[in-house]
Amino acid sequence: MALKKKISKKAVKKSAPKKSNQLEDSLIELIKNTSAVLPDDVQKVILQALAREEKHTTAEYAMNIIKANIELAKKKSQPLCQDTGTVLFYVNHPVGLDQIEFTKWIHKAVVKSTKLGYLRQNSVDSLSGANSGTNIGPGHPSIHFHQHKKKNIEIRLMLKGGGCENVGAQYSLPYTPLDAGRDLDGVRKVILDAVLKAQGRGCGPGVLGVCIGGDRGAGYIESKEQLLRFLDDKNSNKDLAQLETEIVNTSNKLGIGPMGFGGKTTLLGCKIGVQNRLPASFFVSISYMCWAYRRQGIELGTNKQIKKWLY
Amino acid sequence: MKKLNYPFSHEQVKELKVGDMVLITGKLFTGRDAVHKRLHDGVKPPVNLQNQIIYHCGPVILQDKKTGKYQVTAAGPTTSIREEPYEADVMRDYGIVGVIGKGGMGPKTLKGCKDYGCVYFHAVGGAAQVLAEKINSVEAVHWLDLGSPEAIWELSVTDFPVVVTMDAHGNSLHADVQASSEAEFKKVL
Repeated sequence: MALKKKISKKAVKKSAPKKSNQLEDSLIELIKNTSAVLPDDVQKVILQALAREEKHTTAEYAMNIIKANIELAKKKSQPLCQDTGTVLFYVNHPVGLDQIEFTKWIHKAVVKSTKLGYLRQNSVDSLSGANSGTNIGPGHPSIHFHQHKKKNIEIRLMLKGGGCENVGAQYSLPYTPLDAGRDLDGVRKVILDAVLKAQGRGCGPGVLGVCIGGDRGAGYIESKEQLLRFLDDKNSNKDLAQLETEIVNTSNKLGIGPMGFGGKTTLLGCKIGVQNRLPASFFVSISYMCWAYRRQGIELGTNKQIKKWLY
Repeated sequence: MKKLNYPFSHEQVKELKVGDMVLITGKLFTGRDAVHKRLHDGVKPPVNLQNQIIYHCGPVILQDKKTGKYQVTAAGPTTSIREEPYEADVMRDYGIVGVIGKGGMGPKTLKGCKDYGCVYFHAVGGAAQVLAEKINSVEAVHWLDLGSPEAIWELSVTDFPVVVTMDAHGNSLHADVQASSEAEFKKVL
C-alpha cells in the first residue's frame, strides 16, 4: 500500500505541465512500473512460497534470488526480466471513446518506453526476422478495448515473457492419452498435464490463466484475461473456485518446484474462466505466467492523469 | 555453497555434482542461437574458447556515448534447449568447460558433458537485475555483426550464482525431476 501511494504522488507531481501529453505520460508511467515492480498480491505469494521451501535447498536458493531480484528491480526502477514480453493492454472505457486516437497514444508511449529502456526491443518480423526496434508492428502491442457503463477509463497492462508463453497449451476434449472426458475432471487432467509438460521451462513457480470453452482464439484470449484477476480473489462459480484450489494443491504435489529444481511450490495460483462452446467443441486453453508476473493498471482522471493504481 | 574461480579447468568442473550451488568468479562469454549455429558451421571463433564458459544470454547493453564503454543493464539467462542440436559438438570442438542457461538441456548435451568433461549450470530465469549486478565489466565484444543480443560479450563476473543441474557424470536434475513428477502425476490422474 505504501508503494502505491508513493507512485501516485509521483504521478500527480509529473502531471502539472504539458496537458496534451498527459495521456502519454500516464501510459509511460504505467509501462515503467509494470516492468519494474511486481504488484503486491504477486509479491505476497512469492514470499509465502519462499517460506515454504526447505532450508538450504536449490529451491530455496532460487526463491531467494527471485526475492532479491524483485527488490533490486524496484530500487533501480529497471526491468525485472530482460524479456519484457508481449505488451498486452486491456482498456475498459465508456461508450464514445475514440479507439483509433487512443491506440495512437499507446503506440507513442510504447515507442518512448522502449527508447527509455523500460521495454526491450522485442518485436520481430516473423518472415524476415528483422526487429522493428520500437515494439510496434502487426499485432504489437496487443490492445484489447472493452466498453463499460462506468464513466472512467481503466487501463490494465500485462508484460508476458516468451519463455512462459511458449509453455502455454490448448487441449481439445475428449483427450484420449489421459482419458480426459468432457467434464470438470477431464479439465483437471489436461491442466495438470500442461503443468507437467512445462516443468521449469516457464520460469516457475507460475500462475495459470485458464479458459474452459470458447473457440480456439477466444479461449486463449480469455485465458490471459483471467490473469488480470487478483491472486487472492475468489471465483464466483463454486465449482471453478474449488477446481482452482485443487489445481494449485495438486500441482505442488508434483514436486517440479521453482525453476524445475524440485521443491514444494510449482504453482502460485490458478484462475479459471468459462465461455460457451459449440456442441462439437470442448477446448481448454491454458496460459502460463512466469513468477515475473508483471501486471499493473491505472484509472485515469479527468485530465488523463493517473487517478488510481489498480493493483 | 561452492566457488568456481578463473582460470577454469575440466578437472575443476568434473568435481561438481548435480545440485551443487556454485558462485562463479572470472570470465564468461555470452553465446546464444546465432553464435552456436556459426560455431557449429565451423567458423573459427574470434577468441580461444578452450576452458571457457558460454552463457546463454542476450543481455541488454548500453554504450556510454562519451567513453564508448559498455554497461550491462539486464542479463538473465535465455532458454537453453534451442542449442541442443549444437552444444555437444561445441563442447567437443572448442574445449569449453561448461554452459550457463535456463530450463536445462537434453540427452545429447548430457552425453556431451560426460564425454568432454563439461557441466550445465542453471541460472535463475527472470533474475535479470541480480545477475547483471554480478557483472563487473564488459571486457570485449566479438561478432557484433550478429546484433547486440546475439553477439559474443566477454564479461567479467564476481560470485555469479548458479546451480549445477547436469554434471560430467551423466546425471541430470531435469531428467530426475521429469521422472519423479511424471510418477506423481500418474497417482493424481
